[in-house]
Amino acid sequence: MANDSKFTNQKFKLVGTRVMRPDGVDKVTGRARYGADASAPGQLVGAILRSPHAHATIRKIDTQKAEKLKGVKAVITSADLPDFTGGEGELYNVLENCMARGRALYDGHAVAAVAAVDAETARRALKLIKVDYKVLPHVTDVDLAIKPGAPVVQPGVKTKDKKAAPTNVANVTTYGHGDVEAGFGKADVIIEKSYKTEQVHQGYIEPHACLASVGPDGHGELWVTTQGPFAYRNWCATLLGMEMSQLKVTSSEIGGGFGGKTHVWIEPIALALSRKANRPVKLVMSREEVFRASGPTSPTSIDVRLGATRDGRIVAADAAMRYGNGAFPGIWGEVGAMAAWACYDIENVRSVGYEVLLNRPKVAAYRAPSAPMAAFAVESTVTLMAEALGMDPVEFRLKNAAREGTRASYGPTYGPIGIVPTLEAVKKHPHMRARLGKNQGRGVACGFWFNFGGQTCADLIIDVDGTVGLSVGTVDVGGARASLSLIAAEELGIPYEEVRCNIADTASLGHNDMTDGSRGTFSSGMATIFAARDAIEQLRVRAAKAWGIDVKNVSWKDGKAIAKGKRKSLTLKEIAEASPNTGGPISGHSQVVADGAGVSFASHICDVEVDPETGGTKVVRYTVVQDAGKAVHPDYVEGQFQGGAAQGIGWALNEEYVYGKDGRLQNPGFLDYRIPVCSDLPFIDTQILEIPNPNHPYGIRGVGETSIVPPLAAIANAVSDAAGVRMTHVPMSPPRVLAAIKASRAEKAPTG
Amino acid sequence: MPEVRLFGGLRDAVDGAESVRVEGATIRELLQSLGREYPRIRERIGQGIAVSIDGVIYRDNWDQPIPEGAEVGLLLRIAGG
Repeated sequence: MANDSKFTNQKFKLVGTRVMRPDGVDKVTGRARYGADASAPGQLVGAILRSPHAHATIRKIDTQKAEKLKGVKAVITSADLPDFTGGEGELYNVLENCMARGRALYDGHAVAAVAAVDAETARRALKLIKVDYKVLPHVTDVDLAIKPGAPVVQPGVKTKDKKAAPTNVANVTTYGHGDVEAGFGKADVIIEKSYKTEQVHQGYIEPHACLASVGPDGHGELWVTTQGPFAYRNWCATLLGMEMSQLKVTSSEIGGGFGGKTHVWIEPIALALSRKANRPVKLVMSREEVFRASGPTSPTSIDVRLGATRDGRIVAADAAMRYGNGAFPGIWGEVGAMAAWACYDIENVRSVGYEVLLNRPKVAAYRAPSAPMAAFAVESTVTLMAEALGMDPVEFRLKNAAREGTRASYGPTYGPIGIVPTLEAVKKHPHMRARLGKNQGRGVACGFWFNFGGQTCADLIIDVDGTVGLSVGTVDVGGARASLSLIAAEELGIPYEEVRCNIADTASLGHNDMTDGSRGTFSSGMATIFAARDAIEQLRVRAAKAWGIDVKNVSWKDGKAIAKGKRKSLTLKEIAEASPNTGGPISGHSQVVADGAGVSFASHICDVEVDPETGGTKVVRYTVVQDAGKAVHPDYVEGQFQGGAAQGIGWALNEEYVYGKDGRLQNPGFLDYRIPVCSDLPFIDTQILEIPNPNHPYGIRGVGETSIVPPLAAIANAVSDAAGVRMTHVPMSPPRVLAAIKASRAEKAPTG
Repeated sequence: MPEVRLFGGLRDAVDGAESVRVEGATIRELLQSLGREYPRIRERIGQGIAVSIDGVIYRDNWDQPIPEGAEVGLLLRIAGG
């Protein structure tokens, strides 16, 4: 029972309530310490010189003048970062991405760095570094990159045949089952459509920032904004040739990550500067650097073909999905191919993912990475098919939705899943019956994400006053401290306010995987349950000792140890107070591989109003329906639903990396890269469904990512409905919508 | 002897086969058997993979038993945001 992860349908007293968030006061009063808020005696300021070219050979870097500038304490290039990775593979790519090694692969690629006594001196030093570039042809467009004769980004990359010529297609992977062409042969209606999505950034408000300190004894510390201090520790130590135990990484409060802080960018550079200068170094990215040189998500180009019979049954589905990976090979097209058709039960289905190299930054995860673009293409086509068949789009989706026992398009057979309940909830939702006004349209779309768990560790200490400290290693990106405190309080039977959850550094707790894959509350929740149960075992032992009875005659209920026969009891507080003389400190510990996260589904409804004169779009109503398994703290679950929808709205309508013909990013700032602000958004309504995950004691599923999957498609379906023309290119910015309306009018106008 | 279905790029490591049969009462034993029979898959296993058993996806819990007659699949270990 103690460490059994199976769902038990436990009845809750605290879990599911909306208690006060523990980090709220610090965040609204400015006490919370983010990545740039740490300082150390004698600290230097770091700065990075970046390539102004999209693609170039670096013939020489002359740092002599910079080194001689007064106040400069260290200058580094790739020569100061020797290769400890073996010269290939993902870790080598990380190394080369952090600091160019003989070639610059995108506008913004780091080529050198300095540490100086102040920011002005550091900036002046950067200007004194002379880099001799040989500019090479570049490519930043996914479709152009795969054409014959396109500039090759990585000459060492071959698709499959190692004897073939280099290509920008780093990998091709196929998912699906059945006989797709035979399936299309049975179709009464076939829809074919091509879609494009532009590259977007996660847009976290807090830029990458860290304070690094490496001493002459080789011991180091890193204070950093990150989603994964243990992963950062492991990567940085490996890249710098340090022993992992010699580097302590402490995660700061995080001002948004959404996947962008699951990769290292400036941190190895800050550590290398500190090691060379023998002083602490603070390094903070400017917003421009964040856009140019951290990890946005993929631009894509996707072709979809869908076949259905007249009675509304999908009989074949096919997708070719080209995902820009930036300058280094990744798995983004493959993940898109896995997610593409996951909402549906299709006998003959195929999706092919292409990893396309571009002279753009190394792509990183962004909240359900790759799935929103896949859903945009698939869900737009699904709506087109419903229209072609004269069916209601929700009924069409329900008729074809995956269910328990459906073989997923990416392989396994589903257990209990929530796509049908979300669609049923959409069908019944008052939003679907609300009348639309002039120039308004409505769209619905579904979304899927895998979720995962991973290695997780938690410590729970019971202080002598009976209050509880909980230490976890998953960074709190969306309310985990409140949720985990609720779980600990629930298990122990004490008030929520008597538990304080802390995020441990890498020297204080065993390894924890990053907070990604919607795993924070799922995994650390499981570890917290087990740690609390471990502590309860200790509490029972102490009570038994006090009573002089066998521990097997002591049970635990409602925060009390109860002797068999209920003749006497001791509260947690009483046991804690006595603990110094009953065996010393009381604590619980748990280390677990939290697998069985359970897949997640959502269905969204969106109403928009399109101005036919300007092409501007306003989202006037938005509803998210999603399965949470169990909402531990409903406020935070709703916040995740709303946050994903808000980011999806920005992605759908405005956000876009704009590259010039010179291969340089034209809009690296929030003035020209427009994320939505409050006035752009309606109140986003939410409906939480709770279909328990059978592989978690509380039935919890991850909720952090799925909410960003349907918005591109839901909004595209709504805009297309309002504008009377199918939108196939995201973002649906005013010029793009206006052009589509004009083209549609021109097409419909009588000729002659 | 479980039948292991392979998805996506993992098929390249078993000469394009959609499924293979290898011994294994746990995920660890299964992966060891796969590595012995198909040496090219060892590199992919080292890079990180996931195993589905009756629809539940396991990434790191290699002690997980594989029940008789279970549906077993080998998958890409995905990244999250």
